Amino acid sequence: MAETNDIQQDLKKGQFKSLLVENIKYKTLLTKKYQDKKPYSPKDNRKIMAFIPGKIVKIYVTINQKVKAGDKLLTLEAMKMMNNILAPLDGTIQQITVKEGDKVTKDKMLIEFR
Amino acid sequence: MGLKQKTADLKKRMREAVKGGGSKAIEKQKAIGKKTARERILSILDPKSFHEYDLFVEHAGRDFDMDKKYLPGDGVITGTGTISGYPVCIYAQDFTVAGGSLGWAHAKKIIKIMDHAMKLKIPIIGINDSGGARIQEGVNALAGYGEIFYRNTQASGVIPQLSVILGPCAGGAVYSPALTDFVFVVENVSKMFITGPEVIKTVLGEDISMEELGGAKVHAEITGNAHFFSESEEECFDQIKHLISFIPWNNEKKAEPFPKKPPKARHYNIDEIIPTDPRQPYDVRDIIKSICDDSEFLEIQEHFAANIVIGFVRIAGQTVGVVANQPLVLAGVLDVDSSDKAARFIRYCDSFNIPLLTLVDLPGYLPGIDQEHAGVIRHGAKVLYAYSEATVPKITVIMRKAYGGGYIAMCSHHLRADFVCAWPTAEIAVMGPEGAANIIFRNEIKAAENPDEMRRQKIKEYKNKFANPYVAAAYGFVDAVIEAKETRNFIVHALEVSSQKKEVGPNKKHGLPPF
Repeated sequence: MAETNDIQQDLKKGQFKSLLVENIKYKTLLTKKYQDKKPYSPKDNRKIMAFIPGKIVKIYVTINQKVKAGDKLLTLEAMKMMNNILAPLDGTIQQITVKEGDKVTKDKMLIEFR
Repeated sequence: MGLKQKTADLKKRMREAVKGGGSKAIEKQKAIGKKTARERILSILDPKSFHEYDLFVEHAGRDFDMDKKYLPGDGVITGTGTISGYPVCIYAQDFTVAGGSLGWAHAKKIIKIMDHAMKLKIPIIGINDSGGARIQEGVNALAGYGEIFYRNTQASGVIPQLSVILGPCAGGAVYSPALTDFVFVVENVSKMFITGPEVIKTVLGEDISMEELGGAKVHAEITGNAHFFSESEEECFDQIKHLISFIPWNNEKKAEPFPKKPPKARHYNIDEIIPTDPRQPYDVRDIIKSICDDSEFLEIQEHFAANIVIGFVRIAGQTVGVVANQPLVLAGVLDVDSSDKAARFIRYCDSFNIPLLTLVDLPGYLPGIDQEHAGVIRHGAKVLYAYSEATVPKITVIMRKAYGGGYIAMCSHHLRADFVCAWPTAEIAVMGPEGAANIIFRNEIKAAENPDEMRRQKIKEYKNKFANPYVAAAYGFVDAVIEAKETRNFIVHALEVSSQKKEVGPNKKHGLPPF
């Protein structure tokens, strides 16, 4: 019963974490994936993020410029395609965090609205 | 030329061809700790059983001066042989010949041995070690991959298909292993990805090593693409031999029976493994070993979604597929990954006439935003689908907790388990006592002078009344409540009486499992 004894010892040493499922606390180990998961943050549509990794080839707006929903903000070249990124709402540009020629990863913030 | 000369000529031709890419390329292969393609085949197969096909095939490249090049065997070795006497077809890509790149003739050799395996109705083992498509052959290389993928799909569920990744396997090439039943990876040797570190660096400016991107550990732990992980090629070959001993040659046969052996009771005493407090963990693999022949358990996807355990055992000499919740990890919950892992294995067993044993002890599905957004609904549904669809004998043992949706999913009678037994420690209920009491007695708890005291009392009440196997037994949802130590007998009997089981579902082309 070697392995079972190990578990009893680990329990005493506090190697196990608590996991709450339906109001019951279970003593258990966690997977790496579970421990590494990112906390949830709701989507903020005032922040324009890169939906795909690629290269910023053209920026059409400047800081403090007023834009209407549907106006072209910038062009992101990715997967051999020129993707136009449009304003999701009427508003004013607060900051532009990239410049033309930048390579960006997925979910990198590009432009923020006021 | 006389016979002697002709024989000598044959021998010379063979000597040339089996050299592969030559001594320099072989040295390079060895320097990074890899065996050659031929050594790999010979290590897997029984001594002297390998019969090679198409040794003298020549490559089909005609452009970019390729026609002037000689590529022995076109970079792949194919043939038939036996593993512990069981027949198999096998191929191994030879990295020493043009980087094991896949051209039309190379692909045609693989296609031929796959067609052969289908005709002979025996397993096929593919050893992947290739730089990818031979660019000089253009669309012909793509055609080669496409023909292989089509055959992988046609062979799926007909003959066992094993993929052994012993080198790079990148780009489109990864989809052949992904379509097969079992993928083997070896630490520091296997590399699998769609786009490699170089492309990622150019496009994203992100640095990542091959090992971190698509090494053996990544596929064994994170992606779930691999089923068997090992630290050396030798260990990998032992795993292949072990697996082949458990599975049938094709979908019309049963796995070859072995002599019956009792479990190693001295090491695994079923009565001492499970703590009665349902919140305390234990290793469910100890339970499996306390039930099966010789306590021999071949675990599959050991490192991926470890909150569910799957693998093969023998019980009374017969191969059985086990699916067991693992309270040791994440309390044994069902989640996106564990559902996916279990469902695919259930379908494998059903395809190949392997009875299913389900060991139940789970609190339910894992709560969390990440789980909901990752689609735990459709992934969780895969388990329901796979169990409901399976027509092999299905045996379920409810050991401890079986709450809510988890109870239904883990091969309950309602999904057509043929035999369901529960231990006296079983708690079969719509949810855990704490949650249930909070809902049912909400008003009483709220109105009480001391709500916490009232809550405790109501939980206790609920526990006494419902946290047991007898309510379910009273409805006939479990067939028998048995002592834990009777479990093996229960399973042996179930296997005996279900050996002729045949079930035919409604006529359809195919269903729509929640892929």
